[in-house]
Amino acid sequence: MEDEQVTENTSNSTLLVKERELVTPGDVLAEGLDFLPSSGCYREDNQIKAKLLGLIKIKNRFIGIIPLSGVYVPRPGDGIIGFVKDMQSTSWIIDINSPYDALLVLGEAVGEFVDITKRDISSYFDIGDIIYAKVLNVTKSKHVQLTMNDHRAKKLSDGRLLKITPSKVPRLIGKQGSMIELIKNETKCQIIVGQNGVVWIRGEKEGLASKAVKTIEQESHTGGLTEKITKLLEKGD
Amino acid sequence: MTKVGAPEKLIIGTKRLDGRSLEDMRPMETDVGIIKKATGSAIFKFGNTYALAAVYGPKPFHPRFLQDPQKAVLKCRYNMAPFSTGDRIRPGYNRRSTEISKVIRLALDSVVFVEDYPRTGIEIFAEIIQANASTRCAGLNAASLALADAGVPMRELVCSCSVGKVEDTIIMDLDGPEDMFGQVDLAVATIGNQDKFVLVQMDGVVTKDEFMKMIELSKKGCGSVYKKQKEILREKYKTGELNDE
Repeated sequence: MEDEQVTENTSNSTLLVKERELVTPGDVLAEGLDFLPSSGCYREDNQIKAKLLGLIKIKNRFIGIIPLSGVYVPRPGDGIIGFVKDMQSTSWIIDINSPYDALLVLGEAVGEFVDITKRDISSYFDIGDIIYAKVLNVTKSKHVQLTMNDHRAKKLSDGRLLKITPSKVPRLIGKQGSMIELIKNETKCQIIVGQNGVVWIRGEKEGLASKAVKTIEQESHTGGLTEKITKLLEKGD
Repeated sequence: MTKVGAPEKLIIGTKRLDGRSLEDMRPMETDVGIIKKATGSAIFKFGNTYALAAVYGPKPFHPRFLQDPQKAVLKCRYNMAPFSTGDRIRPGYNRRSTEISKVIRLALDSVVFVEDYPRTGIEIFAEIIQANASTRCAGLNAASLALADAGVPMRELVCSCSVGKVEDTIIMDLDGPEDMFGQVDLAVATIGNQDKFVLVQMDGVVTKDEFMKMIELSKKGCGSVYKKQKEILREKYKTGELNDE
């Protein structure tokens, strides 16, 4: 990989870890000022150290960590599946499987003028509804705003929901969506994966699809996962 | 001063009652990720001292007036199981467990990046299943492993061990009888294997020289605890390499 070429030793900076290496909190990742801490790392004097238990990701001068566990922290642009938890006069409070609740305001939710004196907003989304939405904005104090102004955003009905560890979502999706496409093709189910670790499945073979998703979550760290899933899906159930 | 039931001698030659030499630690045993419903969990054993820790969160924190708009709040509970010692312990909080909960919280507060999760709370439970001295050290070690397992951002792991003075000799990692009939018991916790202390608690009387010697010895002990903690985290997630084929 080209990323590994950056181990150049200019002006006394040394990289002490390899790409995809397992690190624990406090491990020294690099020395010198030529490298920069990205997500999951921090700088202490001359050193870059790990904050989390995870795998190293190096991009040019930036050193980051992919966490192996942890809660979902929303980031702008994420597509998430949320539960409508509460309603106010012109907004909804959405539970997004995170320590923070999100706010969906009427203007971002509905593409038309709504006269709230005449129409109750529960006709759009009611408490208990499940929606696929996009994170619009996250403030420094973690106030989250959602938007439905996205071609994929919609209210979800029927089907079933699964919750998986949020840090395992990239594994479930696979490279360029290869893993999730495999499950979709084999089971002919509609599947939506939220970045927050909530998965929605609808179709005739829901059971098989959710079994595949659960298997990926449990065995996300083992090799040959694609073959295992292919076998599982072929066998059917 | 002699106490009832005290053995005649705690140190015979250069060996202690359980066969260890003066600067040996009891065998340590660890494991992480044992409680599935918790965000992170761990056990830590020093010989017969057995601590179980679980971390829940970061999650919305209640009561709301205790929330901090700029950082996460740590909530810590140290508890000894009723069956953990010879005499049954009355379940629930007491003066001692409240104090230890607080010192564990303060020790962990100094390593966790609380500012990464504003307005939330992180709940830490350290349960002592079996007690044979150094329970706060085992609890703290387990709690710091559980935090790492939970994916909470930390500066370093916290490592803790006890040192003490028995029959005017300085020894490492006291066990039950040594703690009860010895002269001094000193619990120490450091940030990783650096010379940064986050817990120093002592009872008994020592001279300054002895105290400095004990601190030096405790650094060695914390170092080996640190090694053990890193080992288990690496081992547990060894297969955790997401090898994209």
